[in-house]
Amino acid sequence: MPTKIEKDAVTGTDTTGHEWDGIKELNTPLPKWWLYILYATVIWGVGYMIAYPAWPGLRSHTDGLLGYNSRADLAETMAMHEKRRAPRLDRIRAASLEDIRGNADLLRFAIAGGRVAFAENCAGCHGAGGAGAKGFPNLADDDWLWGGTLAEIQATIQHGVRTGDDKARASQMPRFGADGLLKPGEIADLAEYVLALSGQAHDADAAKRAQGGYADQCASCHGDKGQGNREVGAPRLDDRIWLYGGDRAAIARSIAEARGGVMPGWTERLDAATLKMLAVYVHALGGGL
Amino acid sequence: MTLATASRDGSPYIDDVVRAFVIATIFWGVVAFLAGTFIALQLAFPVLNLGLEWTTFGRLRPLHTSAAIFAFGGSGLIGSSLFIVQRTCRASLFGGRPVGWFIFWGYQFFIVIAALGYVLGITQSKEYAEPEWYADLWLTVVWVVYLVAFLGTLIKREEPHIYVANWFLLAFIVTVAMLHLVNNAFVPVSFFGAKSYVVWSGVRDAMIQWWYAHNAVGFFLTAGFLGMMYYFIPKRAQRPVYSYRLSIVHFWSLIFLYIWAGPHHLHYTALPDWAQTLGMTFSVMLWMPSWGGMINGLMTLSGAWDRLRTDPGLRFSVTAVGFYGMSTFEGPVMSIKAVNALSHYTDWTVGHVHSGALGWVAFIIFGTLYYLVPVLWKRERVYSERLIGWHYWIATAGIVLYITAMWVSGIMQGLMWRAYDELGFLQYAFVETVAAMFPYYVIRAMGGVLFVIGALIMTYNLWKTMRGELRREAAIPDYRPGAALAR
Repeated sequence: MPTKIEKDAVTGTDTTGHEWDGIKELNTPLPKWWLYILYATVIWGVGYMIAYPAWPGLRSHTDGLLGYNSRADLAETMAMHEKRRAPRLDRIRAASLEDIRGNADLLRFAIAGGRVAFAENCAGCHGAGGAGAKGFPNLADDDWLWGGTLAEIQATIQHGVRTGDDKARASQMPRFGADGLLKPGEIADLAEYVLALSGQAHDADAAKRAQGGYADQCASCHGDKGQGNREVGAPRLDDRIWLYGGDRAAIARSIAEARGGVMPGWTERLDAATLKMLAVYVHALGGGL
Repeated sequence: MTLATASRDGSPYIDDVVRAFVIATIFWGVVAFLAGTFIALQLAFPVLNLGLEWTTFGRLRPLHTSAAIFAFGGSGLIGSSLFIVQRTCRASLFGGRPVGWFIFWGYQFFIVIAALGYVLGITQSKEYAEPEWYADLWLTVVWVVYLVAFLGTLIKREEPHIYVANWFLLAFIVTVAMLHLVNNAFVPVSFFGAKSYVVWSGVRDAMIQWWYAHNAVGFFLTAGFLGMMYYFIPKRAQRPVYSYRLSIVHFWSLIFLYIWAGPHHLHYTALPDWAQTLGMTFSVMLWMPSWGGMINGLMTLSGAWDRLRTDPGLRFSVTAVGFYGMSTFEGPVMSIKAVNALSHYTDWTVGHVHSGALGWVAFIIFGTLYYLVPVLWKRERVYSERLIGWHYWIATAGIVLYITAMWVSGIMQGLMWRAYDELGFLQYAFVETVAAMFPYYVIRAMGGVLFVIGALIMTYNLWKTMRGELRREAAIPDYRPGAALAR
């Protein structure tokens, strides 16, 4: 098609004289603002490359006039926050848990640090704020399997539960059903007895039948009135707090299969100050009793 | 509207293949939007993972991204490129119908085997390059045939010059081929097994991955769709392209600068500082070259702005260019390290991607479909202009909900991650930031629902158009003061 330059009636600009499937093009010059901003970004880009690490060579690269480097930048930021924490962390390391609790400033610091450590490491199982879930103890109530004093909480956090480690909290209830120690009927009767202990609706005749069985098989750990025993981590059965559910079926299953969870020990993973702050934080949630 | 129906030498344009691509585009669009809305709901309500491995977020997410980019975007792009190149060259497709149909069925087959792989857990674990080696090899064959057909048509053209749309489309085809080959350099473990390992390792592999992924945005989702824009906007507005000179300068500057910008995806990582500088500076310099396309798209409407009131199809194309301008400004901003320190890994990135994917890519395709269907099926007009208007407003509301929710939640997320209290402890744990996102996840999913509703309206409208039905309705009124008098 021959080149045919026309003037566009609307804009008064010439066309380039080309046409494709009815599409023509105007020969409008580059918008000035567009061109100047393009130049400005190029100049800025070159300036930035001079100021910061930029041009690679065979062995290294230009360091830039500002001497910036992102690893040093990170180290500096981390050091700044560490420096802010350091004085109190030193005092936390030196102080006993009771001293930390007794000092308002250290207590505030330990709870702030413990809260973050808890949310990052513990909340996955124990829930935000220690609310717990089925199989994962609630830490915000007064019911403590292994004890709720500062020292007891600290020991549990440090060494964990049923990890196989010597210092870990460890106990194992017999599997009365799975190992054939009791007959299904006896387990059903025992479940009624446990319902009775916790003050729930139950079959009084069945509970009565299980009286002897409870005394023989259960009372040594759970106590004659179901008051539990923290020495062996045996849960109280006379309250309404249940780790694996408190209805008839859940109790029968616990008797038959003997349930017990595992919690890792944290000595290897967290530093001493964080472990202390965690103990203080968890104690503040529901400890003391 | 003057419409040539045949090439200079008298052989007809291969349009049945383009029709097939149009139908595939509509189908994959609905699939992609549904999948996206479903995974958005999964993020808000994890129970929707359904406890089945095939329906978990991890497997459906690549299904959504690939359906949106490669199935919906790709089908729209390849189909319209075949339409454009034939008409602007006044030449029928090189290789004729057999080649056209091979490209169509070959590409659709690739989409299906890739999607099956995602759901079954077969993946290379590279973002936007998840398909395993067998699918990659097949796509290479299809892509080479596509390149040959496109180039062949350009070579046998009956016009003295190559139209600007074709520069962009050729850049898209050539660069995507290069990206695909380098990033998919994988060695299969066995001939009969799906598993393979990449030949690159460590930070080098990360750099190649983001060189690939960023230029998939640059050459697939930007250059390719600019090619689409350069044909359909002047055509629909019946106005000449604003500036030939601008199209030359912004084309070459875009092509030159884009390819270096990938490292901005790896700010503050193991990537050396000098490479991060490269990625950031080239991204900022890319701002004006990107905007050149926006200026040419918008200013082409000089003298035809009034048509936006009465032509909702054109409104889609022009709004798309607006979103394109917004995304290509937001992109350079987010590539600046100080901004990236806040935005990286947050939902802000997700919002940015979707203002491009929904606002630019999907809208430019919708505008193109509303133009193409009546032309390809030889109908007087679309079944209902008013339904296009409904689609437009519902989809726009969906995008606004989506991107504003992601801006707010992304910035909030970034601020929470970096917040320190006065004692020097991090203020929030990760899980607390997740909990804080919930309302925004719900709003985002609602935006997705609106987008799906819009797409279903479009499907109905275009299906009626293909069947040859015309809804009897009054023309969309022109509300300009005095417009009624002038008429």
